[in-house]
Amino acid sequence: MDSETLQGKQVVLLVATRKGAWLYQADSGRNHWRVDGPHFLGHIINHLVLDPRDGRTLLAAASTGHLGPTIFRSHDLGKTWLEAARPPAFGPAVNGLPARSVAHTFWLAPGPDDERDMWYAGTSPQGLFRSEDGGANWAPFSVINDDPQYREWMGSVQDGTPDGPKLHSIIIDPRDARHIYFAMSGGGVHESLDGGDSFTPLVDGMEVVEGFDTTTITFHDPHCVRLCPSNPDRLYQQNHCGIYRLDRPSRRWQRIGRGMPAEVGDIGFPMVLHPRNDDTAWVFPMDGTDVWPRTSPGGKPAVYCTRDGGDTWHRHDSGMPREQAWWTVKRQAMCADTEPQIGLYFGTTSGELWASRDEGRQWQCIARHLPEIYAVEAASMG
Amino acid sequence: MKVLIPSALQSYTGKAWVEAEGATLGDVLAGLDRQYPGIRFRMVDEQGTIRRHIRFFHCDQMARELSHPLDSVRPLLIVQALSGG
Repeated sequence: MDSETLQGKQVVLLVATRKGAWLYQADSGRNHWRVDGPHFLGHIINHLVLDPRDGRTLLAAASTGHLGPTIFRSHDLGKTWLEAARPPAFGPAVNGLPARSVAHTFWLAPGPDDERDMWYAGTSPQGLFRSEDGGANWAPFSVINDDPQYREWMGSVQDGTPDGPKLHSIIIDPRDARHIYFAMSGGGVHESLDGGDSFTPLVDGMEVVEGFDTTTITFHDPHCVRLCPSNPDRLYQQNHCGIYRLDRPSRRWQRIGRGMPAEVGDIGFPMVLHPRNDDTAWVFPMDGTDVWPRTSPGGKPAVYCTRDGGDTWHRHDSGMPREQAWWTVKRQAMCADTEPQIGLYFGTTSGELWASRDEGRQWQCIARHLPEIYAVEAASMG
Repeated sequence: MKVLIPSALQSYTGKAWVEAEGATLGDVLAGLDRQYPGIRFRMVDEQGTIRRHIRFFHCDQMARELSHPLDSVRPLLIVQALSGG
């Protein structure tokens, strides 16, 4: 594939890696992909997101091995980039709590449709930030960053994931911008009904590692939470301890991963939802036994799909290696497009980008030899 | 004083050597940030801590604190130490 300037309105995959970002633009049949990149070669890009409100603005969460974190934005589909004047940064120490510094921004989420310049960001260590000017200036959002109870639930760096504890899965209810969800690894799922003035935990029904107390919020490790675009009262979650579904107004998560094959289990990172059918979802299971290898169980990668809200699951591995493929797919590295027949995509930490044009039944590798892939977002751009 | 900018930060300055004034390391970095907005935060975090792989040298000494005094005769060298890979 040649590196060319992106044009037209097609599916574009926004690939964020440990060494830069790439954009892959599909032809109309999603048969061929044209690569644009690298952008930010050598920079650690944790997330690259297209603003769905204008279809042109890109935000990239960036850092390098040497330098502190920042956010870049582009208003011309990546031709030029502007750095945030004030990236996410914690305030001074308050409430007798130790001061913290943002290691990196992990998660970017556009604000509601009628707030065109609003963006949310989740950081490592866990922090929630908001920009009201399109990503140029960021400020701590809500009370949680410095709330003693929330700080206890966040735990310390030692309690977090290997490359730092994270705040992720920032979800704005499309019907009510004051209804906000977020999740923390570790630290549970949380909900606000008052625009972020206050949050409460939403962990009933979620399991924790055996031997630990489910009532202790800090032990909860949601890996990825998604809200159904076609039904904002339904959420799905891939957790350290299983796959869950929540149907509001209930506050109790149902573990729907019990129907997965026992030899595969229901542990993984990503959670992908159908844009128009709230009973359909996909996961990428990874080995969660003994020392938690977090690789495809048995070295045989597969996507699993439910079409009945999690009652039953079906294996999709056609086109993937049959053995000796020890893939890891991170929580932001699998997604769906919104085409009439849904396309699915995932990127591996070994630098391969895979695509399916038929909702996961058949897979093909569309790029390899990339750096470690952190995130893959599908967008309609142009 | 002359300040040597490491390659990782030359996207801000456009060149390796720049001029900045100040009696301390913190003053010089603040001056750099006025000229090149955002550059300080890439080297010093929001709590005033020098980031892990950034080093400052002046008069053959490593400046470990923002209060480190500088003279205007000798250059300040900013180095990106370790990391990569």
